[in-house]
Amino acid sequence: MKTARFKLWRGERGEGDFVEYETKITEGMVVLDAVLQIQAEQANDLACRWNCKAGKCGSCSAEVNGMPKLMCMTRLNSLPMDKPVTVEPMRAFPSIRDLATDVSWNYGVKEKIRPFAPREPDAEDGTWRMSQKDVDRVQEFRKCIECFLCQDVCHVLRDHHMHEDFIGPRFLVYAAALEMHPLDTDDRLKDLKDDSNIGLCNITKCCTKVCPEHITITDNAIIPLKERVVDEFYDPVKKFLKLFRRK
Amino acid sequence: MPEHDSFEHDVIVIGAGGAGLRAAIEASAQGVSVGLICKSLLGKAHTVMAEGGMAAAIANVDERDNWKVHFSDTMRGGQYVNNWKMAELHAKEAPDRVRELEAWGAVFDRTPDGKILQRNFGGHKYPRLAHVGDRTGLEMIRTLQDHGIHQGIEVHMEVTVVALLKDGDRVAGALAYEREKGRFRVFKAKAVVLATGGVGRAFKISSNSWEYTGDGHSLAYHAGAELQDMEFVQFHPTGMVFPPSVRGILVTEGVRGEGGILKNNRGERFMFDDIPDLYKDQTADNPEEGWRYTQGDKSARRPPELLTRDHVARCIVREIREGRGSPNGGVFLDIAWIKEKRGDAEAHIKKKLPSMYHQFKQLADIDITKEPMEVGPTTHYMMGGIRVDAETQMSTIPGLFAAGECAVGLHGANRLGGNSLSDLLVFGKRAGEFAAKFAAENGGVTIDNAQVDDETKKALAPFEASRTENPYEIQADLQEMMQDKVGIVRKEEEMLEAVAEIGELWKRTANAKAPGNVEYNPGWHTALDLENLLTVSEAIARSAIERRESRGAQFREDYPEKKPELAKFNVVVKKAEDGSMEVSRATIPEIAPELSEIIKEMG
Ligand SMILES: Cc1cc2nc3c(=O)[nH]c(=O)nc-3n(C[C@H](O)[C@H](O)[C@H](O)COP(=O)(O)OP(=O)(O)OC[C@H]3O[C@@H](n4cnc5c(N)ncnc54)[C@H](O)[C@@H]3O)c2cc1C
Ligand code: SF4
Ligand code: SF4
Ligand code: FES
Repeated sequence: MKTARFKLWRGERGEGDFVEYETKITEGMVVLDAVLQIQAEQANDLACRWNCKAGKCGSCSAEVNGMPKLMCMTRLNSLPMDKPVTVEPMRAFPSIRDLATDVSWNYGVKEKIRPFAPREPDAEDGTWRMSQKDVDRVQEFRKCIECFLCQDVCHVLRDHHMHEDFIGPRFLVYAAALEMHPLDTDDRLKDLKDDSNIGLCNITKCCTKVCPEHITITDNAIIPLKERVVDEFYDPVKKFLKLFRRK
Repeated sequence: MPEHDSFEHDVIVIGAGGAGLRAAIEASAQGVSVGLICKSLLGKAHTVMAEGGMAAAIANVDERDNWKVHFSDTMRGGQYVNNWKMAELHAKEAPDRVRELEAWGAVFDRTPDGKILQRNFGGHKYPRLAHVGDRTGLEMIRTLQDHGIHQGIEVHMEVTVVALLKDGDRVAGALAYEREKGRFRVFKAKAVVLATGGVGRAFKISSNSWEYTGDGHSLAYHAGAELQDMEFVQFHPTGMVFPPSVRGILVTEGVRGEGGILKNNRGERFMFDDIPDLYKDQTADNPEEGWRYTQGDKSARRPPELLTRDHVARCIVREIREGRGSPNGGVFLDIAWIKEKRGDAEAHIKKKLPSMYHQFKQLADIDITKEPMEVGPTTHYMMGGIRVDAETQMSTIPGLFAAGECAVGLHGANRLGGNSLSDLLVFGKRAGEFAAKFAAENGGVTIDNAQVDDETKKALAPFEASRTENPYEIQADLQEMMQDKVGIVRKEEEMLEAVAEIGELWKRTANAKAPGNVEYNPGWHTALDLENLLTVSEAIARSAIERRESRGAQFREDYPEKKPELAKFNVVVKKAEDGSMEVSRATIPEIAPELSEIIKEMG
């Protein structure tokens, strides 16, 4: 039976260290399989989150060999197995225990973003008409599984700890989905400029690179939002013209 | 005794999947205070995994559809042991519930004229499932979550309920522990809604997550409520079979809805070999007609791959057992073949089934646009559950309501795909509405401190120093045993053995040890979940023994036929005075004449 070595971060509230485990591996295994096997056989109290084991719920985010990943979608055969695989919690959020982090900040951020506000229904039966073409972009954003890997990798949060000021790529995607929703009537641009500080993003695209749902976060969500903010608040000609244009 | 944190709400909802969220939103809209409790983080409940769609007769794609057709499809699929009143309410109300999601921000795939698009699914006569590619559950849970967080509901995430509290006959709240610190919480409430989902972790091969340990079923049972139809466990015909580590992960029925076909190792489309009489008139008798149906030809009948799940799963088992299976013990599911029919096949598959494409590519190195998948049955859904009143969703305990997968009635002996998501919305709303009403109309409750102390002590027992067993091993042994003895093909002797083995596993569970301390400790949680798993496993086995026939999801090798006289009742289990499990039969009330008429009319 083939075995492999894993170094799992064990500890509480940031205090801890890597512990090495050896476990048997079978064909097709993903990192989560190995972690759960170690939990079942050697470390019953190993804390980690997972639900779907199919890349759909965004629970099993961690840093595998230093890269932000979904453990359930990372095949062992995609990693070098001659040295131990390291698995540690996301570093942009406070540590709870072992691989589990406190992601509650994200839930608080979402609550502060103005909710969906649809226009009056188009048809008498209370329904709307939207063409597929018009919803394609929003559907891309709505694929988000809230794994928060993009938040984990964004330097504004990870290195500069500006959680108070900046909502992070996940919630820029969320805001974009609302702003570009064909039925929505609210306007979040002022909030994006002043409260969410979209200006803090300097388009490094690290978020896009780690998104397991392949959402083009920077190009399709953040840059268009930035352009809208610029148009709305900084472009003098547009600002002037707007006086004559009804919204 | 450890300290408790105390909370008080008019209504608490246990579970934050589609049913729980919808119930909480409705209760809150009725003006009562609501607490919403879930084991995982918000938005991660099982509902997020649903793929294919939600069924509602909105008739956007085929104008012949209406609630009557949906009603009769549901009854036929359930082999007529459904609660017909629930089937009626569901068929009538599902369209409004789906439209409501759109008003809350859901973005469904569209028809050419800009309406909500609907797709084909097994057992539904017309294309009926509103969907978003193959991630409909994500769309649903996110829409409810994003709407719900602005409705003044107090959310308790990563909090697990371990017991329901009672005040006399009436429910009075719940005792729970919170994952992070391991502290206990006492919730006092005038009404409680259970929306805890299913029991799939009782079996080894399963599409279900760690959460599916039958908590709601077990909580209700131990509080004195009745469970019904526990013998009807749905084995979905198409789970992944290879590599071993992904065994059981679901392959959506949407693959077949989009034209995917099932073949054995001789390349035969074996589903044409055995079409049940009940469905002969509705099923294509040649591949060409089947293909036309999947492409929207209204004069065509559906291909046999879209027969109900119980039947398709059994045909697959037959092929495997008779040596016509695929190399890894499944059969082939082929969607790549549609390139013979449409030039844009590759792009079309990626657009309509994006997560299936990624799932196979990433987990099995298979490109489903080019080669067939290997699939086999996987434990998927629990038709059985807490017995409730059709209109109010109240259980046999005053003030205790249940909705979604943990409740029973709508699906009978076999659920149609897509009927769960719509079930969550229709009956989640009803449960929330009537729970709020109950809370408003009934006075306060008193918490029984002795019960709280007692249940807390029980919950901490796995930390006792004298205990020695690894809870994960007990769980794995139970799963293996249930898969073997109470799985897709059943017989009496084996199930009697299963009941005896469950008794042994109870003894081992009394010795299950949690290492370490109460803070975020999955070993402890697993030890506690075992009691729920054992309770539902016993209910499944005992109910399955009682139904000596094959019907819907229950296939008995020793009683392979359906018996008309057994269509007249449901099997019910209840905790007896002496603590043992009591099995009885409840007669199904006579169906309303106008509904009976509809069933006849629809053929
Ligand atoms: C892979 C997959 C695909 C599916 N696809 C479809 C589909 O296309 N169409 C369809 O109609 N159906 C589908 N189903 C079925 C459907 O998704 C489920 O039946 C449905 O989502 C169940 O919803 P629910 O609200 O009842 O429970 P869930 O969504 O499972 O939520 C249960 C909630 O209860 C909480 N909970 C459980 N126990 C406790 C406890 N002790 N204390 C506190 N909280 C607790 C959990 O944390 C969770 O929040 C699919 C199922 C699977 C597994
Ligand atoms: S592109 Fe912007 S949001 Fe994304 S990681 Fe870079 S700075 Fe952060
Ligand atoms: S945008 Fe992508 S990386 Fe970020 S939370 Fe959503 S799915 Fe995860
Ligand atoms: S467990 Fe759901 S994304 Fe990994």
